[in-house]
Amino acid sequence: MTGYVLRRLAYMIPVFLLISLFVFLMVRLVPGDPAAIMLGQRATDENVAQLREKLKLNEPYWVQYGVFLQNMAHGDLGESMRQRRPVTQILLDRLPPTLFLVTYAGILSILISGPLAAVAAMNHGRWIDQAVRLYALLSLAMPAYWIGMMLLQFFAVKYHVFPVAGYGEGFLGHLVSLFLPALALALAVSSILVRSLRNSIIETTDADYVRTARAKGLGARSIFLRHILRNSSMSTVTILAVNLAFLVGGTTIIETIFAIPGIGQLIIKAIFDRDYPIIQGITLAIGVLVLFINLLTDLSYAVLDPRVAY
Amino acid sequence: MTAEATAAPGGVTLGVASAAQPRTQQRSRAFLNPLLILGFAIVASLTAVLLIYPLLSPYSPTDPDFAQPTFAESSWSHPLGTDNFGRDTLTRLAYGGRIDLVIAIAATLVTLVVGGCLGLLSGYRGGWFDSLLMRLVDFTVTMPYLVLVIAIVAILGPGTWNIVYAIWLVGWVAYARIVRAETLVARRLEYVEAARVMGMGELRVMARHILPNVVSAAIVFAMADMVLNILVASSLSFLGLGVQPPEPEWGLMVAEARDFFLRDWRLMTYPGLAVLILGAGLGLIGDGLAQALRPKG
Repeated sequence: MTGYVLRRLAYMIPVFLLISLFVFLMVRLVPGDPAAIMLGQRATDENVAQLREKLKLNEPYWVQYGVFLQNMAHGDLGESMRQRRPVTQILLDRLPPTLFLVTYAGILSILISGPLAAVAAMNHGRWIDQAVRLYALLSLAMPAYWIGMMLLQFFAVKYHVFPVAGYGEGFLGHLVSLFLPALALALAVSSILVRSLRNSIIETTDADYVRTARAKGLGARSIFLRHILRNSSMSTVTILAVNLAFLVGGTTIIETIFAIPGIGQLIIKAIFDRDYPIIQGITLAIGVLVLFINLLTDLSYAVLDPRVAY
Repeated sequence: MTAEATAAPGGVTLGVASAAQPRTQQRSRAFLNPLLILGFAIVASLTAVLLIYPLLSPYSPTDPDFAQPTFAESSWSHPLGTDNFGRDTLTRLAYGGRIDLVIAIAATLVTLVVGGCLGLLSGYRGGWFDSLLMRLVDFTVTMPYLVLVIAIVAILGPGTWNIVYAIWLVGWVAYARIVRAETLVARRLEYVEAARVMGMGELRVMARHILPNVVSAAIVFAMADMVLNILVASSLSFLGLGVQPPEPEWGLMVAEARDFFLRDWRLMTYPGLAVLILGAGLGLIGDGLAQALRPKG
């Protein structure tokens, strides 16, 4: 197992290097002098020259990339042009709301999709199954920004059931404040989740060991809980991991709509401010976040399924 | 279940019942499935509205029209009412939908062709090109699609075509991955081996013998991808990074309706419904194609 974890970590290195290379190139690909862009319009030539020296912009690209990696290893992602604070600091401030939102939305999406998929699969081919498939189809095409705006306007602005914006105070406050945004995200991803869960349950229902269990005379409930659910949990975990990456992407829109002080809202704001160090930092943070979600997914297989040997 | 049966795509057991019919007839019947017909009907009628209505409408989609009432109810002169500037909502929806459709088609077609070719080459040839491609696949699979597109738009700057360029840069990888996987299976098929042994050129084997086998998976995916691209394009416009006002676009129209929801909820509802209907239609076509193209033996 330890060997597997190490191998799995080693596999992450090339992907991580590609992410860092992309982030590194981002600023260099913007037309113009990166130092001048980073310093903004009010910078003097002297300042620009100083920063060029500091960032080693006069050196070849591979040296610059080396410096970039070195700084990153020390937790130095540069300084925000707008806020005049280290990007790492800002990221640490902004991550908790986003992580809370993504986790919340992930849990809600399971609560929505799980029962729907189970009911559809158990009634395979009947009208209730068709209704769930219709829901999955509509949910696939439903824009997250639209459902987010509609929920916000209806429940928060019109009927004041939920707060209009923000993150709330304390754990309960977060739960209430983030309910609508988490619901909007969960609805937007539930399509894939319902579809794949339904297929996975149907497939497991046809498996030999389920037929055996039925032949043994086990009750339907016990078959579902002990044989079908446990065995379809593997693919559920995979699907959920893919969806978490999708949810992380969706936070950019949802956080902007609900004014949640997370990294999703910040990256959009930073684009309008041309605050490139922030954009770079968030892109990197999201990449690393998803890498770790994938790692946890792979490791959870071992826990869920004793047959998986490493 | 035997090992052979589980190896068949989608766990479909190979039957012989339909072998009696000629292949072409079987195919054409498969394409008449209800999902495909319904999806096609939805997309075709919506596209017809987008193309024809602007020709009939006397109103400008962009210029404020103070001769018209603002927030008008539905009527013969304004089928879906007017917005806060007195502009006809249906006219704006039609023009906006054209932009979304053009973005989605341009983005999807190019990524399908480029990604498909690269995946075919990589799966057939292998070697360093394949390894390089796989690393790129690992990267793009890790980064959320929307975040990558947003990051690239951050470099290129906001704008309609910059969204398309961003999708071009990122979207081909999914097709390369799908086609590569299918090619790895197809190149081991006996008649492909036979064609190679007979001395056919590499290009010819790829184009004539492998491509027909691998293209259907990519086309089925393209339908879902088009939905995704419409969502991405309208999301970016919603955020202010895509189509710029006064130009209409569905995502942008939702954003602009924000301040008027209590006054007139329809302004926000219609553009979202338009995305929903177009996306659902395309999704149905994708499901129908998947059903029609599923190998039956």
